Amino acid sequence: MDLALTRDANACIFGEDVAFGGVFRCSVGLREKHGAHRVFNTPLSEQGIAGFAIGLASNGCTAVAEIQFADYIFPAFDQIVNEAAKYRFRSGGQFDCGKLTFRAPYGCVGHGGLYHSQSPEAQFAHCPGIKVVIPRGPVQAKGLLLAAIEHPDPVLFLEPKFMYRAAVEDVPADYYTLPLDKAEVVQEGSDITLIGYGSQLQILKAAAKRAHAELGVSCEVIDLRTINPFDEETIAASVIKTGRCVVAHEAPLTAGMGAELSSTIQELCFLHLEAPVKRVCGWDTPFPLVYEPYYVPDTNRCFEAIKETINY
Amino acid sequence: MALAGLARGVTAPRLALWSRALSSTTPTLQGMSNFPGANSRFVHELNLKRSIDNEPEPCYQIMNKEGVIVTPDEFPSEISQQNILDWYKLMNTTNQMDQLLYNAQRQGRISFYMTAYGEEGTHLGSAAALDPEDVVYAQYREVGVLMYRGFSLKNVMDQCYSNSGDLGRGRQMPVHYGSAEHNFHTISSPLATQLPQAAGAAYALKTRGKRNCVICYFGDGSASEGDSSVALNFSATLDCPVIYFCRNNGYAISTPTKDQYRGDGIVSRAAGFGLDYIRVDGNDVFAVYNAVKIARERTIAEQRPVLIEAMTYRIGHHSTSDDSSAYRGMDEVDTFSQDTPISRLERYMTNQGFWDEEKEAELQKTIRKEVRKEFADAEARLKPSMRHMFEDVYADKPARLQRQEAEMHEHLAKYPDDYPTNLHEA
Repeated sequence: MDLALTRDANACIFGEDVAFGGVFRCSVGLREKHGAHRVFNTPLSEQGIAGFAIGLASNGCTAVAEIQFADYIFPAFDQIVNEAAKYRFRSGGQFDCGKLTFRAPYGCVGHGGLYHSQSPEAQFAHCPGIKVVIPRGPVQAKGLLLAAIEHPDPVLFLEPKFMYRAAVEDVPADYYTLPLDKAEVVQEGSDITLIGYGSQLQILKAAAKRAHAELGVSCEVIDLRTINPFDEETIAASVIKTGRCVVAHEAPLTAGMGAELSSTIQELCFLHLEAPVKRVCGWDTPFPLVYEPYYVPDTNRCFEAIKETINY
Repeated sequence: MALAGLARGVTAPRLALWSRALSSTTPTLQGMSNFPGANSRFVHELNLKRSIDNEPEPCYQIMNKEGVIVTPDEFPSEISQQNILDWYKLMNTTNQMDQLLYNAQRQGRISFYMTAYGEEGTHLGSAAALDPEDVVYAQYREVGVLMYRGFSLKNVMDQCYSNSGDLGRGRQMPVHYGSAEHNFHTISSPLATQLPQAAGAAYALKTRGKRNCVICYFGDGSASEGDSSVALNFSATLDCPVIYFCRNNGYAISTPTKDQYRGDGIVSRAAGFGLDYIRVDGNDVFAVYNAVKIARERTIAEQRPVLIEAMTYRIGHHSTSDDSSAYRGMDEVDTFSQDTPISRLERYMTNQGFWDEEKEAELQKTIRKEVRKEFADAEARLKPSMRHMFEDVYADKPARLQRQEAEMHEHLAKYPDDYPTNLHEA
């Protein structure tokens, strides 16, 4: 965000508590460096933050708006779905709010309970006009966020908060971007394709390692990165090669991204599939506090799904 | 021009764009509470206040129902006779256009329409007080503002017909106008969503160093949406040069204001959020003009928001999907029909001696001819090309969407006679 503010004099960062550095320390030092009028607190209202951001972005400013937790994005749902996503389309291309990026921490954190754990990506994947992007680690986070900020469409950027402090990588200090329209094959394999995004990627990688060690199975691991619109080419090419697929995400099973992915794979790879596409997801319950270890699609559940799909 | 009605929150004008009020710098006085939430004095008698004890905010008026200027000192001297004639013509143009398009919907020639009967004065008075570079956000009943800026009858008819001339490419319902050329953001149906957007737009003008403001129109019903309260709060705390202009016309579809709120209209909310405010007679085009003019000066000079509540009456039905006789008496409508912004201005012009029945008849004839010609032309134009259905969802068309577009065209090729593709441009 520091580089984005430096590069673009009309860029602003705002939301609840961002001025002192943010409740997750994501904006520390930015106000001192770039000015109080460019990094500022808003009143506590998500619908206000979203509407304000749309107004900024559709009048020549770059807007990077923070929603404190993805769980609290729902008051802004109307502004995001009915307004931001449809702004360009409904005006015949006369107006747009493409210079807008929403950042929100999402996903489980060990003890977040119902309202500090949710993964709402599927709610927004059902909405044409907005892009949904989720990084899997620090290098990805920086490159994808800078790409999202300069991208000409509104982007919802969900950050796996479980990894804010846990993940450590060597991140290039310079400005760089990563493509928003490409999934990434992070590990090549020949027996089965594993698809996920965000913090689920490290779970899938661990499950793939175990499958190789215990079952001798070669897993191809794909990071979807952009949830909507997603890169069906990369996914289809992989499943056509391996013939098997497991999709995993933290969000509940029913009508989650796994449903869209497995349906697309079924359409594009039907003649190549050796087993049903298996979904490993959160259960169809609210995200529970004390039961979190039994709720999340952990390494064991992913490993079991690989075993089941291989032995089908 | 002395306008006492506009309440002033601070006495010294703050000219710097970025000066910000900081409560922590306010000195603590003897007998004052030092709670961070409010700078108030202690009292030692229990007094649970009654909001109904407050005197309702007065309604600023220059010209009465008879078209007489009651306070000549308040009359905007810069407004010429020609300006007034132009306003009058435009108000009548929107009125005739409303009649024609309303009937066109009744005949099934367009799918939907909303008239602005009775509210033409709020449009013209406010639009004339603004700079063309000021940014407009509207609800849907403000077509006169856009037309004042140069949006033509052709533009209006093309949008309502969803034809190839529509700047919105036929995607939205009729009356959802928008024009980048005229700094008028495209209207959308969800109510009040434009209010917090207007605050953001005003902040953008400030960030970009522009000496302009935003005006944001909304109705008394919209003011009940969460977005409305939020917008007033954001605009005040973030020091945004924005004018919130409420058209209080007494009804939100069938809901009368007594079911909409229990406070003193919308204007009473301004002080609660820290906005400057004024209530104005919306049927008095000069009063509206003066209010918007001083609001504009204030909001740009001091970078603080203003709320204007224009009192008026919705003479027409809510829309073509509504029969208002189901919930209000026609005697009420008749009463207000005697005092419209148009009839009031006509009386003024007649009183001043530069208008008569002959000129009136000639004007109505000229307008009728113009409106009918544009209507016929718009009806004759083809619908936009099918390709526009898949464009502008994103800046570029994603591969997945390209595949869906191809699928649709393959389908149309198989069933060419079952779809009205001949009505569209190639």
